[in-house]
Amino acid sequence: MSVSTETEAPQTGRPVIDSPRGRLGSEGRVLNVFSHGVLVIWGLMVTMPLLWAVMSAFKTDNEIFTSPWSLPKSLRFDAWRRAWTTAHMSEYFLNSLIVVAGSLAGTMLLGAMAAYVLARFDFPGNRLIYFLFIGGMSFPVILALVPLFFVMKNMELLNTYPGLILVYIAYSLPFTVFFLTGFFRTLPTEVAEAALIDGASHSRTFFQVMLPMAKPGLISVGTFNFLGQWNQYLLPTVLNVGDEHKRLLPQGLVALAASQQYKGDWSGLFAGLVMAMLPVLGAYVVFQRQVQAGLTAGSLK
Amino acid sequence: MQHGKYRFIAGFLLVPLAVYGIFVISPFVQAIYYSFTNWTGLSGDFRVTGLENYQRLWHDEVFWKAVGHNVLLLLLLPLLTLGLGLFFAFMLNVGGRRRKNAAVAGVRGSGVYKIIYFFPQVLSLAIVALLFQFAYNPNSGAINSFLSAIGLDSVKPDWLGDPKLALWCVTAVMVWSNVGFYVVLFSAGMASIPKDFYEAALLDGANRLQTFFRITLPLLWDTVQTGWVYMGIMALDGFAFIQIMTMGPGGPDYSTELLSYYLYTKAFRDGQAGYATTVGVALLIVTMIFAGIVMKLGRRERLEF
Repeated sequence: MSVSTETEAPQTGRPVIDSPRGRLGSEGRVLNVFSHGVLVIWGLMVTMPLLWAVMSAFKTDNEIFTSPWSLPKSLRFDAWRRAWTTAHMSEYFLNSLIVVAGSLAGTMLLGAMAAYVLARFDFPGNRLIYFLFIGGMSFPVILALVPLFFVMKNMELLNTYPGLILVYIAYSLPFTVFFLTGFFRTLPTEVAEAALIDGASHSRTFFQVMLPMAKPGLISVGTFNFLGQWNQYLLPTVLNVGDEHKRLLPQGLVALAASQQYKGDWSGLFAGLVMAMLPVLGAYVVFQRQVQAGLTAGSLK
Repeated sequence: MQHGKYRFIAGFLLVPLAVYGIFVISPFVQAIYYSFTNWTGLSGDFRVTGLENYQRLWHDEVFWKAVGHNVLLLLLLPLLTLGLGLFFAFMLNVGGRRRKNAAVAGVRGSGVYKIIYFFPQVLSLAIVALLFQFAYNPNSGAINSFLSAIGLDSVKPDWLGDPKLALWCVTAVMVWSNVGFYVVLFSAGMASIPKDFYEAALLDGANRLQTFFRITLPLLWDTVQTGWVYMGIMALDGFAFIQIMTMGPGGPDYSTELLSYYLYTKAFRDGQAGYATTVGVALLIVTMIFAGIVMKLGRRERLEF
């Protein structure tokens, strides 16, 4: 790589023999102040809307309208109670937990099985199946949505949790298979061979030897899938519209917004929003290293 | 042994392939077929109408409006998001006060910045969209009340209600929620560039800006390209933002209509499932053109270091 060697024209009358250390030093200090300034501004732009929502959740409707940026006069929790019980947020949390528990377990199991076979075994059609899975990463999901709706309807899976779980699994497979195939290829082959020679079956080798070895990769892709499925909005909006008590969290929250705006219960609405927001943010702060690694895992070479 | 191997392979692939085939592959294939029919989606009978849907699409003003918005997003969103991401990541990794024996250093507390910047990334799009729908509220929203708090009382834009502003508001939120991801991604990439490169360049008299364009960017190119594809896919979707944030069908005067949302309203509100899949096929074509362009433009010699 070539680096330009021109220097800027000297601005003072001093000789050009400027020690690089000194020049860099002063440049560094100016830059340091500038970079902190810029970084703090973006930090505020990220946190202020979130803080504003948290503060609003503790206010009365009147306070929200008259003094949006001041602190709440007292910590009032009745908006939280309304959101949790009468606005069904507790139900939505539970529904999301059920669906995501099922779909996450299914995604990891099926994804790891397919990825292992594709990474480690040579058989006719291996490449074809691999690219069939990978192709799913770049197609717009919404194109499949209209026929998918009727596929689900015909199988009587529309508006059911098993149906949603299967769909979540299916749409998480492309990335999971892509990531885990790459991961299984990096694992040493000797251990599995030793296990096979010792008389373990292929599936036993997979479950008792290879899966434990793949743990770091499984954690990364598991984090990725958990957040993706927990936050999923498009699929339940189309495929889970029957019973309002069966709504999932993001979907329920949007429905809540529509009805509370109509009723004019703004504090209840903010409480619901913050309630949905805080657990994820809290978990993220605790596990931030794993979460950052998991979400960026697929984009690094 | 050999026999056992094939039985094992088949056993392990059967269920994943079946689930994937039924819920992903078959709907995609069906979508292309339905785009040539006049299916309403309400009843089971329909007939193949050939290219009728495509002709109608060609003369559909709302469709072209949506295409225009999608293309605008496709150009702007990656540029703004990746640009800001690179800028902040460079500040984090190279903008720090020089310490002993190091030509460049990260700023103090760069870990904290990264944690905070990443916040929007872990939230559901639905939550982000709702949050900003409230924040943009012209009367009680965070943004206008902030403006009047700093003395800009007379400036009270209608934000999402203003056809000229609505799409820009949505774009800003999409940028807001994605920058942090790229700061973290690019930071990881920048951290793996040997510090000697900067040291040598700075001693040769390069300034920081030059080191960015001559060292950092070329070495990060692969990652930037991946990010470009991701943001492009995001720009071609945008469904949750439009559906939740903007009012009416596709914003005031269709000013925020996007292909994804147009498809959704045609299929699930207007009972025109066949025509909706035609819109979807158009979206697929735009996606493929975009992917082709990125691949072509982005091809560069890969730098190993």
